[in-house]
Amino acid sequence: MRQVRVHGRGGQGVVTAAEMLARTGFMAGHEAQAIPSFGSERTGAPVIAYCRFDDRPLRTREPVLHPDVVLVQDPTLLVSERVFDGVPDGGVVIVNTEGDADDVRTQAGVDRPGVDVITVPAMRITMEHLGTPRPSAAMSGAYAAVSDDITLEAIQAVYRTRFPGRVGEANARAAAAARAHVAAQLAGEDPEQAAAAAVDAMEVSHA
Amino acid sequence: MTTVHIPFMQTGTLAVGGRLLDLEERSVQSQADRPSSLTKGHRACQGCAEALAARWVMDTAVEESGGKLIVANATGCLEVFSTLYPESAWKPPWIHSLFANAAAVATGIASALRAQGRDDVRVLAQGGDGGTVDIGLAAVSGMFERNDDVLYVCYDNQGYMNTGVQRSSATPPTARTATTPAVGKAPGAPYGQGKSMPKIAMAHEIPYVATATVADLRDLESKVRTAMSMHGARYLHVLVPCPVGWGTSAAQSIALSRAAVESGIFPVLEARDGEIVATHPIRERVDVEEYLRPQARFAHLFKPGGEEGLERWRALAEANIRRFRLTEATP
Amino acid sequence: MREVLEGSQAVAMAVARCRPGVVCAYPISPQTHIVEALSRMSRTGELTDCEYVNVESEFSAMSVSIGSSAAGSRTYTATASQGLLYMAEAVYNAAGMGLPIVMTVANRAIGAPINIWNDHSDSMAMRDAGWLQLFAMDNQEAADLHVIAFAVAEELGMPAMVCMDGFVLTHASDVVDVPSAEDIDAFLPPFRPLQSLDVENPATIGTMAGPESFTETKYLQHMRFLDAADVIASWSARFAERFGREAGGLVARFDPDTLDRSATAPPAKWDDVTVIAMGSVLGTLQAAIEPMRAAGAHVRLVGISAFRPFPTQALRDAVGASRNIVVVDRALELGAQGVLTSCVGGALVGTGSRIHSVVAGLGGRPILASSLTAVIQRAIDGDLRRLEFLDLKEGGVPAPSLGATEVSR
Repeated sequence: MRQVRVHGRGGQGVVTAAEMLARTGFMAGHEAQAIPSFGSERTGAPVIAYCRFDDRPLRTREPVLHPDVVLVQDPTLLVSERVFDGVPDGGVVIVNTEGDADDVRTQAGVDRPGVDVITVPAMRITMEHLGTPRPSAAMSGAYAAVSDDITLEAIQAVYRTRFPGRVGEANARAAAAARAHVAAQLAGEDPEQAAAAAVDAMEVSHA
Repeated sequence: MTTVHIPFMQTGTLAVGGRLLDLEERSVQSQADRPSSLTKGHRACQGCAEALAARWVMDTAVEESGGKLIVANATGCLEVFSTLYPESAWKPPWIHSLFANAAAVATGIASALRAQGRDDVRVLAQGGDGGTVDIGLAAVSGMFERNDDVLYVCYDNQGYMNTGVQRSSATPPTARTATTPAVGKAPGAPYGQGKSMPKIAMAHEIPYVATATVADLRDLESKVRTAMSMHGARYLHVLVPCPVGWGTSAAQSIALSRAAVESGIFPVLEARDGEIVATHPIRERVDVEEYLRPQARFAHLFKPGGEEGLERWRALAEANIRRFRLTEATP
Repeated sequence: MREVLEGSQAVAMAVARCRPGVVCAYPISPQTHIVEALSRMSRTGELTDCEYVNVESEFSAMSVSIGSSAAGSRTYTATASQGLLYMAEAVYNAAGMGLPIVMTVANRAIGAPINIWNDHSDSMAMRDAGWLQLFAMDNQEAADLHVIAFAVAEELGMPAMVCMDGFVLTHASDVVDVPSAEDIDAFLPPFRPLQSLDVENPATIGTMAGPESFTETKYLQHMRFLDAADVIASWSARFAERFGREAGGLVARFDPDTLDRSATAPPAKWDDVTVIAMGSVLGTLQAAIEPMRAAGAHVRLVGISAFRPFPTQALRDAVGASRNIVVVDRALELGAQGVLTSCVGGALVGTGSRIHSVVAGLGGRPILASSLTAVIQRAIDGDLRRLEFLDLKEGGVPAPSLGATEVSR
């Protein structure tokens, strides 16, 4: 079983992000489940949602206590939220930030060398392609760069189905760009160039 | 051949049966094949104006709907005296659910009929003042606000008569009830409380609002006909004296209704879309005493110390006459 | 088609495909997503020949439902918590008049203190209202139960609540296969009311019954309620046959080792601890018990699918020879024990069972698999008390930690 925790703020579509992630995992061939945490809505307040993938039907309804993957949609949450909590060694924390992994550890006040930290400028990529601050597709793209749980194709199909037309396409581009950005970082290549090339490749294939 | 002059005093606004009129002008009740929707065998008290009004309202509505009328009834005297298992005094399909929900049940019936495509069947809801003005107000207001296709009729006897004559928010000031006893400094129901349901209905700007009494049953009948000719939420408020609750003889229900109108205490009017379009002018104004004195619930007004109360009643009548222009003919 | 759907969306789709004539709604968390979805469908044409009525209170929601059901239309509404209590008078009334309304209860706690999160206090407060209460263990069953509920309710002339855990199910997304409109059309007979407000056949509905007839009226309602068990079992069996999966029924049995739901699972044995629960916690219990079984523990799981009528015989059959019972209960009978525990105790009277009440998940407290495992182990070891509160924090009422992140839409 793979367990994911999404951190974001009210208004950033955190609950939708977890639901879309579950759909993406399902499209990628897994059983999937998304669980929002619930409360009185306040725009801007910290929000958590969970997601699980497995290769057999998911039974448990408990919240995710030990996430293999943590998606942090807003870097300001590193200060107020304990995003590394419960993450086992070997887990991954993916943060939307312009900074690097050291910045993330410093801001979070956490060392945890056993946990990988991946950074991606998901909000910048999202604003460039979508124009609204809902970075869930870009965060999923970054996730797809470091794991086989989900694929870029599944992300794009899910967003195109849910938001037919411009919004779906913009999310598909943001996901591609974010995935390429992270992949390039890990390969020691130029992430900005890779992200741009990934989007260009999409446009060529669509032309 | 000699001509017989029949005294025709009863034609016009105050006539009841109208058997001397041409066939087409006669009331529903004067016809041999009247529907008798609220039929014999019910257990209403002697002189119950609610039973009289309900019979006229229902028969007219049944006739206007071509016999296709469904009725939702709130808990109250009307329900209790007409449907004690295994008997029913109702001929149309009729449902009683609860005290506070007749308007909502009627909405449900109207919605089902719409979903079934039955635009030929009409829906009427009815209740007393408790079920309308007090506990059922939210449901009535909701039905008005949605403009559901329901005619709601309130039979107002100004108190909870079914439970033993307690005060409702339609109980008039100074009236003695079991919960506003005529003792102490301000005997009877307090001043400055209570609601005018017709005005509340008008504030919803529903297609039709009217008031009527059992003193003018042809007027009541004609208002039901008007209401039934329209669609959307309609409201009819009928003053129905209750001999038990008001402390009167059974023979006085009609006369008291007339006195309520002719003194200015109960304005008889019609409104469309929130605007008053007609008022019944006072023909021969009488003092409020003619209305109040026969009722035991106001007996304390006619004892030493009751003058202030009487004066307030006169002021109330004056205010109604001024506000509703009751001494002027409708323009 | 299997797809990832929020529980509320799955339920709304299933309800729409049952072709209700009247849907009425008043918003209250956590049932709102269901009626929002139905309102959209009533405008997009996915829900045809249906009147969608926005009312001014839950009391009117149930009252409109009473009117529309009595006038012969298939009727649906949904509520939760305070809303269910606000309509309580009409809830009883609908049952007394034999109106087969189907209502989703998105189970939620009752205040004070006000609390929007899940437990079963709301449905439990209406347990004697004369409604069937069918509890869903997951979102697939929640969707399926609505189809079964309409069939059962309409055959019996009796209203049915489909109870699903608020937020835990309503707001969670799962892989669900919502029955298609064609399959439901073939399965669910058209609504033919036993009695209705019909201008061609006028009837008086809702008369007063005095002391000379009231007892017999209630006795007949009671006998009808007892009939309901067979009708629920029969429609659930037909559902399983047509749709190829179990839903509803009286109790849910689980394979001893795989913990898969299985109607043919053997009854528990004399040396088993039997855990009894209802609703979504059954999923977490499956997850908790499977590894315990693999490690050799003698534990069995039984789910209550129909809480009303209470499945006394089916429960006794499933419990078999087991006499060490743990009831995981999401509602509290103050001063006594869990509400379900009392019902289980009534059903197992005379068996000499030790019955432990574990009150869990009140007001949305997450029920953790590890906590359940620990409680079950203590039952096996013989040191579980008669009444326990799962994960109770000692020392008074704790305040949430600074910056607690409980937020939703």
